[in-house]
Parts: sequence; C-alpha cells; structure tokens
Amino acid sequence: MKHFKVIWAYRYFIISSIITEFRTKFVRSRLGAIWMIAHPLAQVAIYALVLSAVLSTKFPGVQSQYAYAVYLMAGMLAWTLFAEVFSRSLTIFIDNGNLLKKMSFPKIALPLIVFGTAIINNLLLLISILVVFGILGHPLFLSLIWLILLISLTLSLAAGLGLIAGIMNVFIRDIGQMMPIVLQFWFWLTPVVYVSSIIPEKYKYLLMLNPMSSVVMSYQDVLLYGRAPDLLTLIYPCGLALLSLFLASWIYYRANEEMADVL
Amino acid sequence: MNKYVLEVLNIGKAYRTYKNEWHRVLSWFGIASKMIKEQWILKNINFTIKEGEAIGIVGQNGAGKSTLLKIITGTLKPTTGHFNIHGRIAAILELGMGFHPDLTGRENAYHASGLMGFSREQIDAVIEHIHTFSEIGEYFEQPVRVYSSGMQVRVAFAVATAYRPEILIIDEALSVGDTYFQHKSFERIREFQKQGTTLLIVSHDRSAIQAICDRAILLDSGSIIKDGAPEEVMDFYNALIADKENKTISQMQDTNGNIQTVSGTKEATVEEIALYNNKDEKIEIAGVGEQVYLKLKIKVHEDISSLVLGYSIKDRLGQVLYGTNTWHTNQVIYNPKSGEIYEIVISFMANFGVGSYSVQTALVDKETHLSANYEWKDLALVFSIINKDKTFFTGLLWNEPIVRIQKNEPN
Repeated sequence: MKHFKVIWAYRYFIISSIITEFRTKFVRSRLGAIWMIAHPLAQVAIYALVLSAVLSTKFPGVQSQYAYAVYLMAGMLAWTLFAEVFSRSLTIFIDNGNLLKKMSFPKIALPLIVFGTAIINNLLLLISILVVFGILGHPLFLSLIWLILLISLTLSLAAGLGLIAGIMNVFIRDIGQMMPIVLQFWFWLTPVVYVSSIIPEKYKYLLMLNPMSSVVMSYQDVLLYGRAPDLLTLIYPCGLALLSLFLASWIYYRANEEMADVL
Repeated sequence: MNKYVLEVLNIGKAYRTYKNEWHRVLSWFGIASKMIKEQWILKNINFTIKEGEAIGIVGQNGAGKSTLLKIITGTLKPTTGHFNIHGRIAAILELGMGFHPDLTGRENAYHASGLMGFSREQIDAVIEHIHTFSEIGEYFEQPVRVYSSGMQVRVAFAVATAYRPEILIIDEALSVGDTYFQHKSFERIREFQKQGTTLLIVSHDRSAIQAICDRAILLDSGSIIKDGAPEEVMDFYNALIADKENKTISQMQDTNGNIQTVSGTKEATVEEIALYNNKDEKIEIAGVGEQVYLKLKIKVHEDISSLVLGYSIKDRLGQVLYGTNTWHTNQVIYNPKSGEIYEIVISFMANFGVGSYSVQTALVDKETHLSANYEWKDLALVFSIINKDKTFFTGLLWNEPIVRIQKNEPN
C-alpha cells in the first residue's frame, strides 16, 4: 500500500516525464511522431515484400491478397510492445544510475515512465496499422475489443520479465549484454513472421512453451481472422505474467537498498 | 525551537562485496552466503539536530561525509540503525540534476520540481517566483542548451529553493554562479534559516563553517570524532590534518573557558607568548590602533633543518583577520640545534575593532604545516581591543576615514 501512495504522490512527475520523453524525442526532428511508427511499419514492409510470395496462400478463410501483410502487422504490434518494454526495463536502472545516486525519489517511477511511453507508442502504432488496414481494404472486426486484454497481458509479461532482468542487470552486467541476443532468438521462436502451422506437430509444444506464441497468435486471431482469441491458450502467459510480476516486485523490494550502492 | 527535525540513531553503512554476484541474488531469497566481505564506511553515527540549527559537517576526503548525506537524503539506505526526519529535506548538491537540454527553463523547472515530488498545482504556485528569482528574463522560455552554465545554475538553485524545506543540505563552498548570485542565494538560505530551516553544510572551508554554523560535526574514517562548537571542532580538524602520522592532539580549557587545541611532533615549542605595549608592559587589553608587540619564546628540543613561525590573529568566531609566517618574511631559522632558545618579537598596530581576539601559532618547517608540524597551538593567546580615543565605529577593522560634507545651495 505504501508503494501505491508513493506512486500517487509522484504521479505528476511520471506523467510529465512521459510527455518530456515524447517532446524531447521529436523537438528537433521535423517529422516528429512519424518516426515512432516508421520503424515497425518498415519492418512489416520488408518482410511482406520478401516473404509474401512464399506465404501468401496459407491463410484459410481470408480472401485478401494482403493477408500476409495483415498477419505481419498483427504480430508486429504485439512484438514491438513486448520488445520495447522488455529491453528498456532491462537498462532502466543503469541508464538512470546517476539520477538514482543523487536524487531521492521512488525508483519505481522509472519503469512506470517506460510503461507509459511504450503504451502510447503502441497505441500510435495500432492507429496507424488500422489506417493501413483501411487502405488495404481489410475489414475491422468487433473482436478488436480483445486488444485491451491482449495489450495489458503483453505489457505485464514484458514488465515482469524485463524488471527481473533489469534489476539483476544492475549487479550482473552480463545480463544486459546477453538479453538482446536472447530477444533476437525469441523473436524468431515466436510466430510473427511465419505461421505456426509450418512447425511439425511433434515440435509444436516447444513453440507453446514460449508465452509470447499464444499472445501473438491471439493478436492474429483478433486482427486478421476477426475472431475471439482462444482463452485457454492464454492461461499460461497470464499465469507467467502474474508470477514474473510478483517475482519482480519481490526482487525489487529486496534489492532496492543495494541498488544505489553498486550503480 | 527545541523540536528535533532530524534524529540519527546508530547509523552504519557497509558496502557488501560478494565473491560472486549470484550470491547476492541468492541473499534476496534468504539464502545466506558466507562469501560476504563487508566494508564499513560509517559506523555508529548518532546525533540529533534541532529546528533552526546550522550544522557543519567536516572531515577529510573519504571520511564518510557524502555517504552520510546520501543516507539522510535517502539515496542510500543505511545498513544498520535508522533515522527520523520531521519535515521535508532538500539538497543543493547536484544543481541541475534531471535538466533536459532541449526543454525550456520553464519546462525544466516543472520537470525538476516534479522529481522533487511536487504536484503540478504546487509548482504552478511558485513558477513565477522561480522565474523572477533566477533573473534570466526571456531566456526562461528558451531551451536550456542555449544557456550559459551560470544561467543554468540560477534556474536550478531557484527550483531547489522554491519551497522552504525543513532541512537544507548544502554542499561545499556553494559556488552558485557569479558573485552577485552567490550573495543572493546565500541571502535566501539565511532567510530560510530565520524561518526555522535547519542547515547541514558540508565544507572544508573553515571560515564558511564558522561564519554560518552554530555547531560542527567532525567525521573521521566513518565515525564522529568531535561534535561541538564550530571553532573547537575546526581547530581539532586542523590539528588532525596536520597530524596524520603523529596523533598527539590535546585540547584543554584555559582560564576563560576557551578550549585550546595543541598538536604537533614537539621538535620545537612555544614556551611563552605575550602581548606588550609601547612601555614594555605586558597587556591583555589594547586600544584601537595602539602599537603592540607580540613576544614569543621558542625552545628547540631536537636538531631540525629549518624552523618557521607562523601566526594568525582571529576574531571571536575564529575568522582569521591576519596571518603570515617567517617563511613569507624570509626569516627562516636554518638548522636550529637542540636546546636553543629563540625570542621573536612581532610588532604591529592593533588596527582592529572592539572585541576579543585570539592568536594562533604554528611552528613548522616550510610555508605550510602539512609537511612537518612541530607545534600548532590554537588560542595560544587571547586579548581584547577597546576603543580609548578613536571615533566610534563598528566592525572588525579600524580604518579611520576622513569625512567631508559640503552643502550645495539649491539653484
């Protein structure tokens, strides 16, 4: 409870930091916010150009010739949020080491700023993806409402795992070096670019061990197929998200005192 | 006025090093590890501070001053003990922390105040005050990256002191921008103090500590070794830095209740010291502007290569009014032998204001007391100045003016 009180007391700082982050990112660039969504959309375009010929026929029930592009965008929407929150949580305490050593303020404000920024980024990406859908003639479904759940789930999962890694990274810096590599493998172990059906049946369980697989597939359900996600498959990532958040707050609580010592 | 604003109870700080950082991770889960090496930076720190006090924290580099302040401000957590703060604490340690170069002064003021835990409404209430206090005019609306460093510091100081804290921590020298702004910022600190803010000042600067503080705490290798009146503590500190290898510092009370600090290796000592007037009478009170003679008898106890006598005259707060030594006057005594006695007479005009003054002596080998300190004596002699025959004046310095007044007829 005490923590929530502290966060509430610092709400203005958190909000103003999020605004500051956007403002400083674009204050000196002409195109401003466009750059934020340009990166994931460019990736989608690249994969779509390179791979659509190979994969374009494998979406049952979807007529559009742009099905693969839509599929990619659905997966990218999930993955960019996950990757951004995870990799920024990983270095959040080290990046702000100087501040943490010299100013007294609740450390927990820092990841909250990251989460807030990432959510806004992701919503902007979502809006632009929906605009692209409109241009491509892909219909928007009522199932979009599921995105609220899916985005929260992705955020929680990334926040929990990212903070565990981020706190440990303060003490064991190898983690910060290792995680970007892990994240790359992770991306290719998640059916963002390819379709899960190309994985042989006997290795499918390996894919499902990855909590992001069912999350990404749910995004694709909602955005591409226009159907509700398979909630049973989401139990595992939900449980893992809760567990990792609990573990992260435990570690934060224990390591809080020692963090400024080693920064 | 007797409310405690800060109680520090048995605070200690240790940096734990683990043979392997994974042991630290395990320790969070309650799995104790024997690989711990602990390095204690602070031990058994106890003190209480009352409302409105001004406290100087002194000590050599590495004595633990900044660690102590970091614990009090909350950036470091103590390993043992705890402390209670009644009120808000603000620090002028790192001015401009959290400033972003691309934001304007105003935006940065909002942002940095937020970092200090203020809400938007609270900042709205003082933003104009911050603007006027910083005196940077139109620049307030321009990005900080175009500021001079002085301007940035002005804004930062204005932000840090926008609200009166119960405890204000001030770092070293407080060199905030140009001289004008230094006076202005100091004025503000004084104002806070009058309203009841407690000041905690970290400095090596003797005069600053003695001018501002009414108490000083001396830290040495992580412990408080002296806590008391600034002059007494600073004398002790001075003796301490001179006496690194030979720790023979003694403090005794003279007849007037002043505490005299003597330190040194005793190869030579001041045996006698007294003040004389024109008629060669020993005096304790001199008139303003009177010719006086400071006579010292120095005894050499061991053969040494050189001997320099230094002295300084201080006011009752311990501020040095004048000081020099025989190195600077080119009167070094070379190769004095054991048993020799030297008499030194220093004559000068007592051009001081009315009040009590003390003489501090130092017997050293070169221009400072850092290479060899034979004897260092604070409050070696105390004398008073009275105004017998001069025009009334206030202040520490007698500087007889000639005043001319001319009446101009209105035209």
